[in-house]
Amino acid sequence: MVKVRIINGNEAAALGAKLSGVQVVAAYPITPQSKIPETLAKYVESGELKAEFIRVESEHSALTVCISASTVGARVFTATAANGLAYMHEQLHWAAGARLPIVMALANRGLGAPWTIFNDMQDSIAQRDTGWMQVYCRDNQEIIDSIIMGYKISEQIHVPMMVCFDGFVLSHTVMPVELPDQERVDAFLPAYKPHLQVDGPEPLNINPVMLAEPRADARGVACPSYMGFRMRLQKTLEGAEDVILQVGREFGDLFGRHYGYLLWEYRTDGADTILLTMGSLANEASLAADQLREKGYKAGVVALRVFRPFPAEALRKALSQVENLIVFDKNISYGYEGATCTETKAALFDSGLRPVITNFIVGLGGKSVSPADLQSAALAALQQKGRINGPQWLGVAV
Amino acid sequence: MIENYEKRVINVTWHGRGGQGAVTAAMILANAAYLDGYEGVTAAPFFGVERRGAPITATTRLSRVPIRSLSQTTKSDVIIVLDERLIQTVDVMAGLRPQGLLIVNSSRSPEAFCNGENLVVATSDANAIAREIGLVVAGTVLINTPMLGAFSRASRLVTMKSLERAIGDNFKKKAAVVNVQGARRTYEVTKIGQTWQP
Repeated sequence: MVKVRIINGNEAAALGAKLSGVQVVAAYPITPQSKIPETLAKYVESGELKAEFIRVESEHSALTVCISASTVGARVFTATAANGLAYMHEQLHWAAGARLPIVMALANRGLGAPWTIFNDMQDSIAQRDTGWMQVYCRDNQEIIDSIIMGYKISEQIHVPMMVCFDGFVLSHTVMPVELPDQERVDAFLPAYKPHLQVDGPEPLNINPVMLAEPRADARGVACPSYMGFRMRLQKTLEGAEDVILQVGREFGDLFGRHYGYLLWEYRTDGADTILLTMGSLANEASLAADQLREKGYKAGVVALRVFRPFPAEALRKALSQVENLIVFDKNISYGYEGATCTETKAALFDSGLRPVITNFIVGLGGKSVSPADLQSAALAALQQKGRINGPQWLGVAV
Repeated sequence: MIENYEKRVINVTWHGRGGQGAVTAAMILANAAYLDGYEGVTAAPFFGVERRGAPITATTRLSRVPIRSLSQTTKSDVIIVLDERLIQTVDVMAGLRPQGLLIVNSSRSPEAFCNGENLVVATSDANAIAREIGLVVAGTVLINTPMLGAFSRASRLVTMKSLERAIGDNFKKKAAVVNVQGARRTYEVTKIGQTWQP
């Protein structure tokens, strides 16, 4: 029998880590994700999870502990949000460059100043170029599933993954979640076999200073240059989509919930108007699309489930018939526009697709976004004549 | 339990004070509703910080189909007030739809809260019941689980059977017994102005 529990996003993330059999957890409290390390600490204390919970004094140290533990072959987990993630920034680059399969839960929250504890995606979008994979969850079920799949994907290609979900909107809202059965998870995700074992008898110097040209290492083995290593990371991410899709399908075969897609699509058949977004806002957007359909507009929704690697090919396919593209970003690259808007435009350029694109910046710092808000924004965009330069700010007068 | 009402989302808003257990009650209600076959249930605190004694809100949503709106609730079908003195300081009625249901923890009759407005009122003296059965922890009278009984009686949206199971799942055995008792007793004594239609 399927076991369903009514839980919030933080509990889903902690259960995902527990079911994945993580061996080391290091995390620092920050709203709205504090319940994740608190819950995992309880599991470790009660013996339900055989892992080491390492208490640290900062997020920078949390990720450093994860990097060290992963280097010596442990399956590791951390969680953070907002300024905590910003504080990890240097180590984010290190984890990806060192090719460590770390999975992190991120409860998306806006960055200060001015101070906010509430939801937007500025925190993870600002870490776009660190080399981590990023997936965005639509609901709490996707959080638990994405973490379990995350380890399988990361350990296959040796690239860390951020599993992002909206702070408060998902982290603090309970909803029904099917709990994957531990035995099946174990079959799906066997114990981590590190590609490199560091131990006493054979000491290693890992990630030393690399020169601009290839050279032999201490044992005389020819090694790539710094740029060569970096190119390998890029090539791996270019091929990561196939792995993500394959693992998503395998997960579906075992658990009945299929993730063999990079984009979540809703009523896109025959749609000439698409609302494009990420995360939990996709749910609101689907209601807005229903309302627009009732009014006679051929509207649908595309939500990016995976943001890095960027699903450019899938987007070109999904948007091939679209005349009006309305992009809702819970982030902004200051001085330009929302990140998903820029990236989508870039993806469409080579294909020659030229829909009218309108970008709305929404929900920063927890500003509530309702289906009605999205619908009126879409209607305003559809009534505009010609193209608008720059993003529109939804519901902000001053 | 009422079957086959239209397939829409019922919004329930809880008004209480930090420490009164409004959030816990909102979540137990979501659990009970799921046990009663509502496919879509969510519950959330008002997104923000909470202080003991300060006015707080929490929400529960229930629907026969999965819930797709997670934004903060602005309209309510049912409003539950855990502390009737809040009515003087907070606009607890804000967002209650016409013919909505107001449930107040009070010894007064429903008529005392209905000055001809277009709504249905139910009252239940959860304080008295909690004291009577010893539902008191560290001097605090616990009225959140009793008020779940009032909700079941006045709204007929969830069964007592499911509520009792959901309360049982939320507490350790000894605490569960007295909390269930509180809900049952409150269910029995709830006064309803008129039959409410969801």
